[in-house]
Amino acid sequence: MGSITLSKVSKSFGDVEVIPPLDLEINDGEFVVFVGPSGCGKSTLLRLIAGLEDLTSGAISIDGADATNASPAKRGLAMVFQSYALYPHMSVRKNINFPLKMAGMDQAEADKRINAAAKVLNLTDYLDRRPGQLSGGQRQRVAIGRAIVREPSAFLFDEPLSNLDAALRVNMRLEICDLHKTLATTMIYVTHDQVEAMTMADKIVVLHDGYIEQVGSPLELYESPVNKFVAGFIGSPKMNFVTGPSAQKRNADSIGIRPEHIDVSSESGEWEGVVGVSEHLGSDTFLHVKLADGGMINVRASGDLKVKYGEKIFMSPQEERIHRFDPQGLTI
Amino acid sequence: MATQQSRSAARLMMAPAVILLLGWMLVPLTMTLWFSFRKYLPLRGGDLGWAGFDNYTRFIGSSSFWPSVQATLVIVGGVLIITVVLGIILALLLDQPMWGQGVVRILVIAPFFVMPTVSALVWKNMFMDPVNGLFAYVWKFFGAAPVEWLSQASMQSIIMIVSWQWLPFATLILLTAVQSLDSEQLEAAEMDGASFMSRFWYLILPHLARAITIVVLIQTIFLLSIFAEIFVTTGGAFGTKTLSYLIFQRVLESQNVGLGSAGGVYAIILANIVAIFLMRIVGKNLDA
Repeated sequence: MGSITLSKVSKSFGDVEVIPPLDLEINDGEFVVFVGPSGCGKSTLLRLIAGLEDLTSGAISIDGADATNASPAKRGLAMVFQSYALYPHMSVRKNINFPLKMAGMDQAEADKRINAAAKVLNLTDYLDRRPGQLSGGQRQRVAIGRAIVREPSAFLFDEPLSNLDAALRVNMRLEICDLHKTLATTMIYVTHDQVEAMTMADKIVVLHDGYIEQVGSPLELYESPVNKFVAGFIGSPKMNFVTGPSAQKRNADSIGIRPEHIDVSSESGEWEGVVGVSEHLGSDTFLHVKLADGGMINVRASGDLKVKYGEKIFMSPQEERIHRFDPQGLTI
Repeated sequence: MATQQSRSAARLMMAPAVILLLGWMLVPLTMTLWFSFRKYLPLRGGDLGWAGFDNYTRFIGSSSFWPSVQATLVIVGGVLIITVVLGIILALLLDQPMWGQGVVRILVIAPFFVMPTVSALVWKNMFMDPVNGLFAYVWKFFGAAPVEWLSQASMQSIIMIVSWQWLPFATLILLTAVQSLDSEQLEAAEMDGASFMSRFWYLILPHLARAITIVVLIQTIFLLSIFAEIFVTTGGAFGTKTLSYLIFQRVLESQNVGLGSAGGVYAIILANIVAIFLMRIVGKNLDA
């Protein structure tokens, strides 16, 4: 059980409207990711759902029951914070026990749940340590442990991986995905990293300046973004936007083409440019190509392509992969 | 790590300060110890020679000794309890966002800038005076007989005056500690279903432990030697004679430097006993 409905939810801090009225439906068991650049209101939206901020207007219902004015504890949601927010003077066991103790749960039952959670999260050997004695990844798992023992109707994650190093981040990403498959509980996950969004989500909500730009599955967003913002935000490296003759030829104000959908040739092609920096990753090569008119095109070519700095190359976009945009930036 | 050279340079540089501080401490201490073994009566013949442990036995044998130790401990304990409890409450209140925060915070700190002698006189004459004091008016307004604070409730009055002086210090230290508490921790606790009282008990209080320790230790050092407030209010009468006041009386009123010095040595011993107890009780909060 864990469906959440936001209707006409808005939030203002003083005169500043951070979130204009928006509607959103989150189904039971879904992994929903809020993604957007920093300052887009995604954390605020999560805190509104959690009950840590009051709504300016609108309503939130959880499992069909109105929760607009319910206190955070009454909503039955659990949150994992960016800083983990572990209680520093309590052992790991006491940290995980805290919500159960506050709920007045019988200690035998609580211990059973703590041990089960510790087993799932590989924390059994660390239960008597203090958070200060743990590594970043372990603290993260304690924070998740504290959330799962309550058996909440939904989990809220506020940029939980941003304090971890790159390798650990990939690991924790998998662990959280695994956890979602095992528990089958609704999860709402906030991140500014579109890679996290793409890899983890069932449903991505792209936010920009408080507005929901698009809602959809990762591949929907990748293949058919509704506007230029979503097109540029989803996908790495970023989509190239081209204006001028090549756009007019295709009846658009501008066109977008992803770096992986451009064919490179040394003889002929639609665009001609000079290779700037090329990044050899082994599997792929990212080329930064300077066009004659001063624009830049990023190309993702195969790893065995040998080009040198300053070399002249030709590029042609794959026609069926081109995204066309009108002057307002909407997809045609 | 420091090299051999930088270490010896550091020692050389620190030497003047260390020597000065050491001299500052050792000279008076040695003189006190020296005088405590002499029969030294400035106005009645001066230094009259070796006295052995006479001064020590006389000082401890005096009927005022144990009551003065008790008075000292009661004042220290009372002021500590009041300042820490009220300090925590004030710190939590001042941490709330409110209009005029800056002014209010300065006002709260203000009593700390008033000299002890002055504040004790203000309390004595403006608040506690049984005829003209503010409290007397309040009591009379409700039809009660004014309390003669400094004679009927002398101990409570002194504790009240001293607490008023030290409350800002405690509030200030505790406020900075409250402000350094991670707000996400409080939010996490709120999501975990903790009420305000549980959040206070399980999160805020443990977080404040170190600051409370510092407040207790520093205040104890200063409160053990409290003098001016007693001098200008009760003059040591009505059971408010502390150990430091007793020493003052022996040295200046009885003109017996030897006896007073022996009292000084007892004061050092008392301070150390208190320090050992305090470190046992709260000292562990300082590590970690």
